[in-house]
Amino acid sequence: MATVTDGKGLGMPAEVPGWVGYLLLPLLNLAAAFLLSGVVILLIGENPLAALEVLLYGAFGYPEAVGFTLYYATNFIFTGLAVAVAFHGGLFNIGGEGQATMAGLGVGLVGLGLTGWPWWAAAPVAILAAALFGAAWGFIPGWLQAKRGSHIVITTIMFNFIAASIMTWLLVDVLIKPGQQAPESREFDASVWLPAMDRALGWFGIAIPSSPLNLSFLWALVCCALFHGYVWHTRWGYELRTVGLNERAAVYAGISPARNIIIAMLISGALAGFVAVNEILGVQHRLLLNFTGGYGFVGIAVALMGRNHPVGILLAALLFGGLYQGGSELSFEFPTINREMVVVIQGLVILFAGALENLFRPQVEGLFRRRGRVEA
Amino acid sequence: MTDAFLMALSILDSTIRVATPLVLAAFAGLFSERSGIVAVGLEGMMLAGAFFAAAVAFQTGNPWLGLLAGIAASTALALVHGYACITHNGNQVVSGMAINILVAGLAPTLAFAWFRAGGQTPMLPAGARLPQVRLPAVETVREVPVIGPVYEIMLDDMNVVIYIAAVAVVGSAWVLYRTRFGLRLRAVGENPAAVDTAGISVAALRYQAMALCGVLTGIAGAFLSTGLGAGFVRDMTAGKGYLALAALIFGKWRPWPTLFACLLFAFTDAVQIRLQGVPLPLVGVIPVQFIQMLPYVLTVLLLAGFVGKAVAPRVIGIPYVKER
Repeated sequence: MATVTDGKGLGMPAEVPGWVGYLLLPLLNLAAAFLLSGVVILLIGENPLAALEVLLYGAFGYPEAVGFTLYYATNFIFTGLAVAVAFHGGLFNIGGEGQATMAGLGVGLVGLGLTGWPWWAAAPVAILAAALFGAAWGFIPGWLQAKRGSHIVITTIMFNFIAASIMTWLLVDVLIKPGQQAPESREFDASVWLPAMDRALGWFGIAIPSSPLNLSFLWALVCCALFHGYVWHTRWGYELRTVGLNERAAVYAGISPARNIIIAMLISGALAGFVAVNEILGVQHRLLLNFTGGYGFVGIAVALMGRNHPVGILLAALLFGGLYQGGSELSFEFPTINREMVVVIQGLVILFAGALENLFRPQVEGLFRRRGRVEA
Repeated sequence: MTDAFLMALSILDSTIRVATPLVLAAFAGLFSERSGIVAVGLEGMMLAGAFFAAAVAFQTGNPWLGLLAGIAASTALALVHGYACITHNGNQVVSGMAINILVAGLAPTLAFAWFRAGGQTPMLPAGARLPQVRLPAVETVREVPVIGPVYEIMLDDMNVVIYIAAVAVVGSAWVLYRTRFGLRLRAVGENPAAVDTAGISVAALRYQAMALCGVLTGIAGAFLSTGLGAGFVRDMTAGKGYLALAALIFGKWRPWPTLFACLLFAFTDAVQIRLQGVPLPLVGVIPVQFIQMLPYVLTVLLLAGFVGKAVAPRVIGIPYVKER
């Protein structure tokens, strides 16, 4: 750790331990975000500490709550990994919403088409469909960035809106269940539903309370492991990180940036698409609008807080999952707080952990450097 | 002739109305992006402007105080964006998204706590809304052929913000291309090191650009909630901030083409409402969603260089760090 790569300039020893960067600073930023959330709650006229207690209890306090927390966390793991894989390639994918929406179409077609199939046969097909549709929606912005130089942030934003329009059209005009007002497809055959976790564990004689948590959570964990293997233990991952760190150096090393940009966006889109497996095949059992619920955007915060590493992303996803679940509990307990309070906290966490991540860095690192110098 | 003519007039009338918040937001983005700061947060700033304008207009009964409150709120957010991007070299897209998400939560949360009317403000009485401007002598001019209907349907009874927006457009174009401040602002988005070398503060210029961005988004938001509408409703910007960003790019980061892009996008919207379920010759009924996605598709095609070429300000999104 004690190399002179970290501190720039002369006479400034780089004796800042690694854990400051990936543990202390994120926790400080998180604390700042929560402090400001507390101010908002004060402004509304409630007691922030009481609210925090309700939030924590609502998120982790009893088994059913944990089930809900993990169910939300499943979505955040997928979108967090999706943003992270693009980050490793130096890309900013804020099209997770659109990619998940299109993946929903894939999962929906599988769910509607495979009537009578057992779930264990339908699930791999659905996962494949989600990956294909999500990847396709990530491919176009990736290709446009790699070959035509269009900025990926803008194109992915545009593709979110295009996906939403296409989905609305399909559900209003094409896939809608006849004789129904709401733009939703018919319910899938019960045989293809992805089993809820309480049912799955029931096969092994373990009883847990019922919640939307389903087997997608296990797939999310598998994706974390695959992500780690891909990014740090394959040649492709090495190429991807090289392109992300220094495109010019990559070219000199014989690595094609264009190819890696496209591959990164394919994987990113596929990962974001798995949100549809959790939501459509695991919980809703029908194709409907707006099931992506902003998970794609929050994935940015998950990836940033998790420092683009699967373990960090898992922890950050648990944090945001707990926030989602505990936050909905807040609105039951306090008459003046509504469900959007969670969104406020999310926004503040993204602001402090993401955009203002350097807020405390100079002071904290300075502190450690000074201490290091005294000891030396 | 008369029917088609009147129809065209009313389409143009609603085009101008729909375009107004877009134009204001797109010009806000113009200042921000030309100074080198990504303007993904337009949506959130506009939404904050809409909420605080409606809240204050309701409490005081004065729409102008509401407008000021809306401007203050969105300017504060713009400066927060500046603080993250300029002072702390933070990721500009993340900061913009954070502002969008924060306001999407904060506005309904505060509305719920303050007004107890589900995440919205109560309906504003007529006196608390930004006024429509009535032109004189409508009765007499009405009889004049051609000019009469134009005067009555299009020009009369326009909201005061539409005039403000017109002034803002001309003023912004003039400031950006005809003043020293504008020259420096554009330079700081292309080559901040050169501006710095000339002894001009890069940070100060960018903060000024962000303040202008905040003022314009505040007016846009106030127009939505107290001009077009009669109160704040949840998510009332409905993607207009992103559409404005698309218009800005479609306008190649230049004032007049940006204005044209906003009018084009607003026109597709105005036409779309009238085309619902109406079969067209040759193609039949076009689903409205296809017309709705047109602005986004056009922007992607433009960015890809398939229809013209848009060149972004050179250092957009890259924080300026002095050499040490």
